[in-house]
Order: sequence, then structure tokens, then C-alpha cells
Amino acid sequence: MSEVSRRDFIKVTTGIVGGIIGAAIGLPAVYYLIDPALRAGAKEAWIPIGKLENMEIGKPYPFSFTRVQVNGWERTSTSRGGFVVRNSEDPDDLFVLNSTCTHLACTVNWSENDQVFLCPCHDAKFSPQGEVLSGPPPRPLDRFTEFRITDEGALEIFYKEG
Amino acid sequence: MWKKVFDWLDERLGLNDIYKNLLDRPEPKGNWWNTLGSASLFLFILQGVTGIFLTVYYTPSPDHAYDSIQYIMEGVAYGWLIRGIHHWGASLMVIIVFIHLLRVFVTASYKYPREMTWLIGVGLLLATLGMGFTGYLLPWNQRAYWATTVGTQIAGAVPFMGDFILKALRGGPDLSALTLQRFFAAHIWILPAALTGLVGVHLYLIIKHGESHFPTRED
Repeated sequence: MSEVSRRDFIKVTTGIVGGIIGAAIGLPAVYYLIDPALRAGAKEAWIPIGKLENMEIGKPYPFSFTRVQVNGWERTSTSRGGFVVRNSEDPDDLFVLNSTCTHLACTVNWSENDQVFLCPCHDAKFSPQGEVLSGPPPRPLDRFTEFRITDEGALEIFYKEG
Repeated sequence: MWKKVFDWLDERLGLNDIYKNLLDRPEPKGNWWNTLGSASLFLFILQGVTGIFLTVYYTPSPDHAYDSIQYIMEGVAYGWLIRGIHHWGASLMVIIVFIHLLRVFVTASYKYPREMTWLIGVGLLLATLGMGFTGYLLPWNQRAYWATTVGTQIAGAVPFMGDFILKALRGGPDLSALTLQRFFAAHIWILPAALTGLVGVHLYLIIKHGESHFPTRED
């Protein structure tokens, strides 16, 4: 084994100790910064929408609900909403649209005059079935695919966060 | 390959010159007491880095300051570590800077031609104490609140203009949201900017004059 000079020994030792200190602070710091992104936000719940008898057949029934989330040191409530569209008297013959525009997440409104869903942000139009008629959205309106009718005749949808 | 890249950069950036002038300076014979300035600089950088990380979650508002720190300590991964380093590093920095000053005094290193280095160093000590004073309020707990009440009251004891100083520090006659906000601004913008500038001049002067040797019997 060749002789290690004092200078080289100091160099290597400084490098190793510096590296350990850097890693001991650097790696936790990375976790510290990205921590909120690593949280599993998959909270789910059945959300009551309303009595089925109040929903007219063929006319989109608007609804909205509020989810309260604890974000850090604060409780933030977010509003979500959609439209129930009944096709016939059959209680199960319906679909539930999500009113969040698939373009950039504005909220679409039902226009009774034009019989379309209008997005106010970029003038997109969706058909009563949620298909894109014009404008920039890349895909039809999303649907709440899981729903159930309770014994009291109320419609509930299954909502999953994230 | 790396040699080529390095040579290309060196030719344009003068890396070897920087290394020679900054790190490869001739030094008089010294001991561990001579390392305290470097230790202070290291702590300053460490405080800067951990402080920047803390601002990612900290909120300087009376409603949320305390809760946001609770969140850093219990909610965020390694938040306790980042804040712990900042907390203990602050005390350590004040101690190290002060011992650094004592060393310079004892070895008479403040004399010609280093008087300005000494004076700027005094400014650095005061700015460091200012960092400690303003940072102490930010957790907005009982200890922070009353420590600042007392500290600003002491500043208010100055003859004639004491009342003005008290109001300027607190942003009004009493401790309030304004106090917390201006202490935060001083802690993360004003004092760090002052410190960075003064550290720059301090280091320039050290490189310009070199380090002083310890006085001998003849001195």
C-alpha cells in the first residue's frame, strides 16, 4: 500500500464528512418539500344528491356538494357539483355528469335555451349526454359511474377524492 | 474527458485562479481558534438553507403562525429536523460569532490594517443578534410574545426618542399582526440581505489582507 500524504488524507476526509453532512440534510429536505404530494388523498364517501321524484325526466338536475379537507394547518372546503340526467321512469335509467369541464376545470352550466352545457371559460359546449360539441375540451364530461337509490328513494353517488 | 471539460471551463471562468486566491492562500501558523470565522460562515449558510425550507410551510399571521409551526413539527416529513437545525443552529451561531470576536480581540487581529474588518465584524455580530431577536417572535407562542414585549419595551427606554423606537419596532403602540409581519420581513429579507453584503466585504478584506499571525514576544 502506498503512503497517503497528509494533504490527500485531509482532502478525502473533508470530502467524506462534507458528503455525509450534505446527505443528512439534503435527503430529508427533499422529503420535506415533496411531502404534501406523497399524501394519499383517497378519501371516499357516498354523497346524497336528492329525492329521485324531484328530478324531471330529460332535464338535467343540478346539484352541488362541499368537501372539507384538512390542508396543513387549515380546513379548506371545496365545492363540487354535477347534473343528474334521467332518461325514463326507470329509477336506474339515469347518468350523473360531473360539472367540472374536462378542459381546464371550470364549472359548466346548463343552458335551457340552447339545450347544451356551456363552459364560461373558453366557450365550450357539451351535449346533454356530455359529449363535446365545440370548443377545446379533449374528452366528454366525466361521469359519476357509481350511484345507488336508497329505500327512501334518494339518489346517492360514490365520490372518491384525487 | 473531464479534464477537457474542466480546461474549457477554466479558460473561460478562471476556476484555477479563483481556487488559488480564495482557498490556496498562504496562512500563518494557527490553531483551531482560527477556524471560527469559517464556522460562522457555515452556520450562516446552514441557517439560510433551513430558513428557506421553513418558509415553505410557515405563515407569518397571528391566526396561523403557531398552527403552521405545529404542522411543520408534526405533519411534515422531517419538519422537526429542519426546524430543529434552524432552532439550535441559531443559538450556536450567536455563540460561535461571539467567540470569533473574542479570538480576534485576544490575538489583537483587529489592528492595522484590519480595522475595517473588525468594524464590519461588529456589524455582523449585531445583525446576527438581530436575527436572533426577530426570529424569536415568529413561533408566536407565549414565550415569543412576552420576550418581544420585553425586548421592544427595553428599546423604548431610550431617552427622548424611545417612544418612537418602540412604535417603529412594533408597528404601533402594541404587539400585533403588524409586529409579526415586520419581524418576519426583517428576519427573512432585511437582515439576511445586510448580512450577505457585510459577509462579502468581510471576506474580501480577509483575502486582501491575509490572516494575521499571532503576536510574538517582540510585538
